[in-house]
Amino acid sequence: MSLSSLRRIGYMVLIPILAVFSALLLGAIVMWMFGDDPLAAYRGLWTGAFGSARAWSTTIRKMTPLILTGLSVAVAFKAGLFNIGASGQFLVGSVCSVAVGVNFEGLPAFIHLPLALLAGVAGGVLWGFIPGALKVFTGAHEVIVTIMLNYVASLFAAWTVYAGGTQGQTPGPLWDRTAGAISRTPEVFESARLPWIVPEPYRIHWGVAIALLVALIMWWIIFKTTLGFSTRTVGANSKAARYAGINVRWITILTMMIAGGLAGLAGAIETLGLNHRFAPEFTGGVGFQGITVALLGQTNPIGVVLAAFLLGALEAGAARMQFDSGVAADIIQVIQALVLAFVAAPLIIRQIYRIRKPSDQVETTVFSSGWGR
Amino acid sequence: MQRTLRVTSYIAIALVVFFVVMAFLVNLTPLGENRWLRVFFSVSALNFTLRASVPLILGALCGILCERTGIINIGIEGMMLAGAFAAFVAKTSTNHWPLMSSLLFGVAIALLVGGLMGLLHAIFSIRYRMDQIISGTVLIILAGGISAYLFDRNAVAQGKFGAIAIPGLSQIPVLGEVLFTNPPLTYTALILVVVIHVGLFYTRWGLRSRACGEHPRAADTVGINVNRFRYLNTVLGGMLAGLAGGFLVLEAVGQFQEGMTAGRGFISLAAMIFGNWMPFGAMGAALLFGYTQALQNELLLAGVTTVPRQFVSMIPYVVTIVAVSGFVGRVRPPAAEGKVYETESESE
Repeated sequence: MSLSSLRRIGYMVLIPILAVFSALLLGAIVMWMFGDDPLAAYRGLWTGAFGSARAWSTTIRKMTPLILTGLSVAVAFKAGLFNIGASGQFLVGSVCSVAVGVNFEGLPAFIHLPLALLAGVAGGVLWGFIPGALKVFTGAHEVIVTIMLNYVASLFAAWTVYAGGTQGQTPGPLWDRTAGAISRTPEVFESARLPWIVPEPYRIHWGVAIALLVALIMWWIIFKTTLGFSTRTVGANSKAARYAGINVRWITILTMMIAGGLAGLAGAIETLGLNHRFAPEFTGGVGFQGITVALLGQTNPIGVVLAAFLLGALEAGAARMQFDSGVAADIIQVIQALVLAFVAAPLIIRQIYRIRKPSDQVETTVFSSGWGR
Repeated sequence: MQRTLRVTSYIAIALVVFFVVMAFLVNLTPLGENRWLRVFFSVSALNFTLRASVPLILGALCGILCERTGIINIGIEGMMLAGAFAAFVAKTSTNHWPLMSSLLFGVAIALLVGGLMGLLHAIFSIRYRMDQIISGTVLIILAGGISAYLFDRNAVAQGKFGAIAIPGLSQIPVLGEVLFTNPPLTYTALILVVVIHVGLFYTRWGLRSRACGEHPRAADTVGINVNRFRYLNTVLGGMLAGLAGGFLVLEAVGQFQEGMTAGRGFISLAAMIFGNWMPFGAMGAALLFGYTQALQNELLLAGVTTVPRQFVSMIPYVVTIVAVSGFVGRVRPPAAEGKVYETESESE
C-alpha cells in the first residue's frame, strides 16, 4: 500500500472520529447551557451502552437495524441518489413480514422464516422501486417522493393493524382480534421467528449475524463486481457513465430497489427477531438515522457497521442516561444531528483541528443537482 | 414553456370561477342539502382549505426565496418546527402580558429563530460547502431534537389570534366569510405572496437575486456579490418558514406538539416545484394541497364514505407525489441551484 493511499485512509477515519468527538463536546455545551449536568449524562450514557453485559446486548440489539438502514442509504449514495425513504421502506418491510408470520400456521420453520424475511425484503424493494421508477420516467426527485412515501407507508401500516373505530369502521386485516381496542397484530408464529443467539434476558437474535453478513455482501458487490462499478460510475458522473455504455436508468431503478430491500430487511428482522409483532408505535425512526449512519461510515459498508455500532450505543445508553441524570433522552437526537453536520462538512473539522486535505481528491458525494431531470 | 404557463393560468382561473360559483350555489341554495356537495364546497371546507394552505404558502415562499438565488432548501420542515417551538416558548413565557402583545412577541421570536435557522443553512452550504440537501436534513433532525429536548410538556399557551373581519368586504355572502374574516397571519401570508412577486420581478433586489440563481458567474462579473445575496435570501426565507411555524402555534392550533409540522415543510417544497418557482403559482399549488387536506377532514366528519380513514389521510401525500411526477418535466428550476459558487480567485 502506498503512502498516499495510507494517508487517504487515515483521513477517512480521522474525520468521523473528530466529528463524533466534536458533536459530543458541543452536545455537552448545549446541556450545560440549559442547566443539565453533561458529565453525569455521559456517565449514564456510557453505563447504559457498555457498563454491563446487559448494556452490551442492548447496544448490539440497537445496532442491528441501523446497519441495514445505514447500508440502504449508503448504497443509494453510491449511485448519487438520496434515499430519505428508509423509514417508509422499513415500515412496509415490517408489515409484509408480519403478514406472512401470522399466517401459514404449521409450515416448517425452514420454509416459514425465509418466506417471512423475503416478504419483508419484497415490500421494501417495492417501496424503493416507486421513487426509482418515478425518477427515471418522470424526473420526480427521489427526495420528495421518498419523503411522501414515508407518510403513506406509516398510514398504510397503521391501517393494517387498526383496531377499528368507535363508529363501526372496519378493523385492519392484520389486527389482533384478542387485543380489544389496542391496534396491533397478533404475535407471529414460532416457526417464523428468528431464533435467539443469546436468549432472555439478553435477547440477541440471529438478525445481527444476518446484518453483518449482508454488510459484507454489499461491500463485495459495491467494490468487486461490475454492477458495483457501474453504480459508482453513475454516482460519480452520470453523463460519463452513459457515454461508457452503462444503462443509467436501469442502475437508478435497481439501486433504489436494493436500497429499499435493505431497509425492508431491517424491518423484517426487527419484527421477526425482536418484537414478534407489529404495532404503530414501532416507527421507522431507524430509517432516518440511517442517513447519519451512512455518512458517518463514509458510505463504505465496513464504515457503516462501525457507525451503526456507535449510533446503536448512543441509542442504547439514552434510556439509562435519562434515568441516571435526568437529562431528556432527546438530547441524543441533537448529538446525532451535530455528528451528521460535522461529517457532511469536513471543512468545519479541518478548520477547527487544522488538518490538511490529502493531496489526491477524496471521493465526495453531491446530490443537490436541482429538482429537474 | 410560455404556452404551458398560459394554459396553466387559464386552468387556474377557470378553477377559481368554478369554485366561487359552486360555493355560492351550495351555501345559498337548496343544492346544499346534498351531503356530497357540502363535503366539497361548504364554507367550512373552504375555510379549512385556506387555513391549511397558509403554512404551505409561507413554506413555499421560503423555498422560492432560497432557490431563486441558488440555494436548495429541504430544511423548510426543520425551520418551521423551530419557528413553531420558538413561538410556543415565547408565548408561554409571556402569558401574563396582554394577549396581543404576547402573541406579537411570539411572532417576532418565531421570525428570529426561523431567520437563525436560515443563517445556519446558509453558513453550512455556502461557507462550509456542505451538500445542501444534507444541510437541510441536519436542520430537520436538529429542530426535532432541540424542540423535544427543551419541550416543557406542562406549559400551556393561553390564547391565540382571533379572526378580524374586514369592514365592508366581510359582509359579502360566502366570500366574505371565507376570505375576509380571517386571523392576521393569514392575511399576512396572502399579502406576502404579492410582495414577494413584486419584489422578485420588479425590483433591483429581485433581478439580482434571480441572476445569482441562474448564472452566478455573470452576476459576479457585473459586480453582484453572489454569496451575500444567497445569505440574505436564505435568512429571509428562514424567517418566512419560522412565521409558518408561528402560524401553527399562535393562530391554528394554539399549542405545540412534538413534530407538529407533520410534513408541511416537504409539501410546501412540492408546492414550490408545482408552482414553477413563482409566488402565485406556489400559492395556487398550496391551495390545492390545502384543499386535499380539507377534503380529508370533511370526508371524515361527514361520514359519507366507508373507506378507512388512513386511506383518506393519504390523499395529500399521494397528490403531492402525482403533482411532482406529472409536472417536473414542464417546470424549470433555477439553473445554478445547488451549486456552490466560488469566485475565480477562490477556485484557483
